[in-house]
Amino acid sequence: MSRIWETPGGVHPPENKQQSMTHSIGHLPLPATLVIPLHQHIGAPAKVGVTVGQTVLKGQKLTDASNLNNLPVHASSSGTVIAIDDRPVAHPSGLNALCVTIASDGKDQWIEHAGISDFRQCDPHNLLQMITEAGIAGMGGAGFPAAIKLSPSNDKPVDTLIINATECEPYITADDAAMQEKTQDLIQGIEIVGHILNNPSRVLVGIENNKPQAIKVLRSHIKERSIEVVSFPAKYPSGGEKQLIYILTGREVPSGGLPSDLGMVCLNIGTLIAIKRAIIDGEPLISRITTVTGEACGVNRNYEVLIGTPISHLLAHNEFDERNCSRLIMGGPMMGFSLTSTEVPVVKTTNCILAPSYSEIPSDLPAQACIRCGLCAEACPASLLPQQLFWYAQAKDQERLEAHNLFDCIECGACSYVCPSNIPLVQHYRSSKGEIRKANIDKIDSDNARQRFEFRKLRLEQADEQRQVKREARRLATEQARATNSSAQSGSSAADIIAAAQQRAMTKQSTPEQQKAKFERALLAAESRLEEAENRLTEATAHGTTEQQAICSASLESARQKVDQTQNRLKELSD
Amino acid sequence: MIDAIAQQPMLAALFALVSLGIVFGGLLGFAAEKFKVKGDPIIEQIDNLLPQTQCGQCGFPGCRPYAQSIADGDAINKCPPGGQATINAIANLLDVPAPALDEEHGEEEEIKTIAYIREDECIGCTKCIQACPVDAILGAAKLMHTVIVSECTGCDLCVEPCPVDCIDMLPVIQGIVQWHWPSPASNIDLIATSKIPRREDAA
Repeated sequence: MSRIWETPGGVHPPENKQQSMTHSIGHLPLPATLVIPLHQHIGAPAKVGVTVGQTVLKGQKLTDASNLNNLPVHASSSGTVIAIDDRPVAHPSGLNALCVTIASDGKDQWIEHAGISDFRQCDPHNLLQMITEAGIAGMGGAGFPAAIKLSPSNDKPVDTLIINATECEPYITADDAAMQEKTQDLIQGIEIVGHILNNPSRVLVGIENNKPQAIKVLRSHIKERSIEVVSFPAKYPSGGEKQLIYILTGREVPSGGLPSDLGMVCLNIGTLIAIKRAIIDGEPLISRITTVTGEACGVNRNYEVLIGTPISHLLAHNEFDERNCSRLIMGGPMMGFSLTSTEVPVVKTTNCILAPSYSEIPSDLPAQACIRCGLCAEACPASLLPQQLFWYAQAKDQERLEAHNLFDCIECGACSYVCPSNIPLVQHYRSSKGEIRKANIDKIDSDNARQRFEFRKLRLEQADEQRQVKREARRLATEQARATNSSAQSGSSAADIIAAAQQRAMTKQSTPEQQKAKFERALLAAESRLEEAENRLTEATAHGTTEQQAICSASLESARQKVDQTQNRLKELSD
Repeated sequence: MIDAIAQQPMLAALFALVSLGIVFGGLLGFAAEKFKVKGDPIIEQIDNLLPQTQCGQCGFPGCRPYAQSIADGDAINKCPPGGQATINAIANLLDVPAPALDEEHGEEEEIKTIAYIREDECIGCTKCIQACPVDAILGAAKLMHTVIVSECTGCDLCVEPCPVDCIDMLPVIQGIVQWHWPSPASNIDLIATSKIPRREDAA
């Protein structure tokens, strides 16, 4: 039995888990339409790879090329793509995002797929490729691509694999149900991950002691294996990755760091089952186990739900009483968010749909002044100073917020839960985090703009300088020319300029012999041209029109003149 | 030596102090040259806080000249693109009270806008290219121009020179990726009973 460590802070909200554990995992009839958002993980979404009107099969990839950061999404059932447009998605903003909508044909026909029976013979890189292709993102809530987790970039080898079976948030029992009913899948998933990580020396399954059934089932199944099931007292939020690592190993993930910095990988139950399905069965991630619970639902149970099933479809099969529902929450009561529409689809990270009644979760009471009671600081599992952060968040003092480690806040909501003044502390922190991130992006943009502005200024200055230099050179040249002109002749007329030019041309000819030779050559050429012109004229008079005759006689005349001129020049020279 | 000091204590003290003065003076002089800070660092710091839209709404040709002017004692509330956040930051830096934005230079816009060219209507006059302070417009004479969205600071300077008015300033679309949680409503209503919603309201 491993030793366990106790995390600071934490709260004990009513668990409310038993309601949804009275039934086994259920299946819903196929919904008429499936709305599959393209962006269901942390990272950039992949590009749509299907067109409207296209027929798709169950498990068919809806996006084109995928890599570690751009996970694909798949058709959850067979049917026709009827729309690719922006629709409401599971997001606290209530904004729309790009979704592929499929009208199911009811056949639920699988695309051809095959898994690997003996994964131990397979290269881990190929297995990671399969996990990426299956679109597996962390199913605990954050949606971090599983393949990235399993291929830590730094050279630190992974020595501890931690399976997060904590499920500390009230109401949610999806992992509990999965552990009890899909134990074999889970264990195979753990083995596959162990193989990918080159068999880490320790495999710890961290589970709260409020799930005795699951602990029993797991222990009975993994008796002879090197996997250790560690149970510890229930406390919210033990299921946070950093908290669980501390509970099981006593080591703290450094601020801003990842578990891989400690040589650890932490995976969720749902993710492991999805990995098993991807590798052994060759099935992509198209369904997940989701808890549907709350007093406004007549039936509380877990379902294996196809990704893309509208919430309204889930609720319709659970005797949902809208009038009795105070709000519709995706996720648990502590960290979940309210939905604005029941048409929102189930996504890869949807672990719970909570429809509480008014008495169960009443609307938020208005916030009152902070009385500095310090309960929040006692409850904080990250050992932060929530009330201090609250002041700075109100003052929008980003520098101090960061200095007080706002980014170590895991947004668990324990501080808001204990606050006697009903201050929505977590929302303050989330808002501040968003503002700081935005400020950082703006800073990068403004630095970029400054650089571009300064570069442009420099470029314009250089261009100006060059123009100035050219202008100066031109000015100097004209001045010089003017000076030489005025010094040569004061009253320079056109004739003088021509004479000067002729003079210059004459001086270029060096000796009379060369000049004579040149004129003789010119005379010869002129005579041959004269002869040619005479020939053309005789031809024109014989066959051509009067116009041609006129042209030919003109050219004959000019050739004759040229000959005379050259002869005169030659005579002059010989004189 | 000791005798000389004992005989002339005044002179010795004078000599000692003067020589110390010379040595330390020399050190200080050396340090002043060696560790000289080039330019005024406060201008740099102010410039870092300004939004770098280079829009000239403050009356200066760019952000840096305005930073220079602030360092020389100009008002710090002339920058509409930066808005109150920038004013507060500069006030914090200079340790002066933060005034409200001077409306004379323009109003702070809630949503950032970016220039878009209606490309069908563009005649390719290059006037906007010459006006853009950050080289964010691409094009050549008699050919269509377009704005590089990621580089546009939304300064408006290209709108006015366009002879065919084909440049629009459109708000940046706030998608899911850019969204962040809004700040919760301030706790003005402190009387809790007046705020408990009735069932019909909430439903």
